[in-house]
Amino acid sequence: MNDTVPQVSYALTWRDTFARWALRWDVGRNRAAVEPGLYRVGEPGSDSPVFATANYRMTFDLVRRDLGGLDAWLLVLDTNGINVWCAAGKGTFGTRELVNRAIQSNLSAHVSHKTIIVPQLGATGVSAHEARQAGGFKVIFGPVRSADIGEFVAAGMKTTPEMRAVTFTFVERLALTPVELVGAFRGWKAIVPLALLGAGWFLGRGELSAAMQPALAYVAGTVAGGLAVPAFLPWLPGGAFSLKGAFAGALAGAAVSLALGAPPLAFAAGTLLAAAIASFVGLNFTGATPYTSPSGVEKELRRALPLQAAAVLLAGVSWVVQFFIN
Amino acid sequence: MRGLRYISGVTSLKLDAEKCTGCRVCLSVCPHAVFAETDDRRVRVADLDACMECGACAKNCAFGAISLKPGVGCAEAIINGWLHHTEPSCGDGAGGCCGSSTGSSPSTLQPTTGGCGSDSAAPS
Repeated sequence: MNDTVPQVSYALTWRDTFARWALRWDVGRNRAAVEPGLYRVGEPGSDSPVFATANYRMTFDLVRRDLGGLDAWLLVLDTNGINVWCAAGKGTFGTRELVNRAIQSNLSAHVSHKTIIVPQLGATGVSAHEARQAGGFKVIFGPVRSADIGEFVAAGMKTTPEMRAVTFTFVERLALTPVELVGAFRGWKAIVPLALLGAGWFLGRGELSAAMQPALAYVAGTVAGGLAVPAFLPWLPGGAFSLKGAFAGALAGAAVSLALGAPPLAFAAGTLLAAAIASFVGLNFTGATPYTSPSGVEKELRRALPLQAAAVLLAGVSWVVQFFIN
Repeated sequence: MRGLRYISGVTSLKLDAEKCTGCRVCLSVCPHAVFAETDDRRVRVADLDACMECGACAKNCAFGAISLKPGVGCAEAIINGWLHHTEPSCGDGAGGCCGSSTGSSPSTLQPTTGGCGSDSAAPS
């Protein structure tokens, strides 16, 4: 019977590593789903632990790597190629899929127990008491990070407070920036700097530095919101992401405008535009953080969006006024 | 969480201490240590403003002692909800938490790589 269950390797190949880096840049997203079902890790027996995970390739790869040295079963749920936490939020990594996947994969033919270790962040979608009612399964919530699995198992399937707390370290935040930046310049958003270049060329009467100033202020604002906000998150002032973004953007916009020798009104316009753009892009980063509440984001949006729009408008007016002053 | 606090006084989390039996499952699923044990082995809210409304506690409270409006704290999702007059949902946007990928049907909305910060921590 065991022969029918595919074996996974602990070792990640250079292809796996390359795929993970590509995914960080939002490349290969549509090929990132792993076949759901039951997998063997090492040489599991009927009393070996069962770990549940999502069928997003990056998640699957990191989990099998971190299971290194253990003999276990890996139950991969169908989450449409989405990571555990996001899928749990949407309910695809949920109680029903867990129970159904366990039954469909014929789990009971391979293991003699009914315990399934679910990653803690899956608790948003998986209800332990409902899984017990629905299929007699005993759900144990494991650590947040797969890297802690070894320690969790060694401790007798118990998590420590550290294992249960999400983190958002500098490295973790930086890993999310490529996808933010790619997203900020994709599609119609790629046209904005070009349009601003055209407007700048007209308003600057063909003078190079004046022509480039609006477009570069926009790019500076986007980079400030998409890179500086994530990187310097704890050190930027305020709790609101729109405020952190506006601060970083204003600095970036002022620096670019100053470097281009912009006259006072154009300097103000460049600073305002970059602040508004960075505020908006920074606010969008809330979706990638592990600590922002929807109630908070909504409150922040209601206040920030009108101000951002007003700042963009004021920046445009300032550039036009500067044009007539010249 | 360490060094990072979001806006205070906004969360919809409510704990009904009368219904709490002290099973402490909420302690084990909360990613932000919002709950703490009381002296009589029940649970109290120790750090309300750390709550991100993920809903794991309410989902796993078998006694209905916890109520909140769960959701994803994602600007793009909330804007999408406003634009389409629906519940906040990630979807057609590119980048951020929840851009779409090919193969998604309207019922299966899909976040992108950076999804909700959880990839970075490599959750199991």
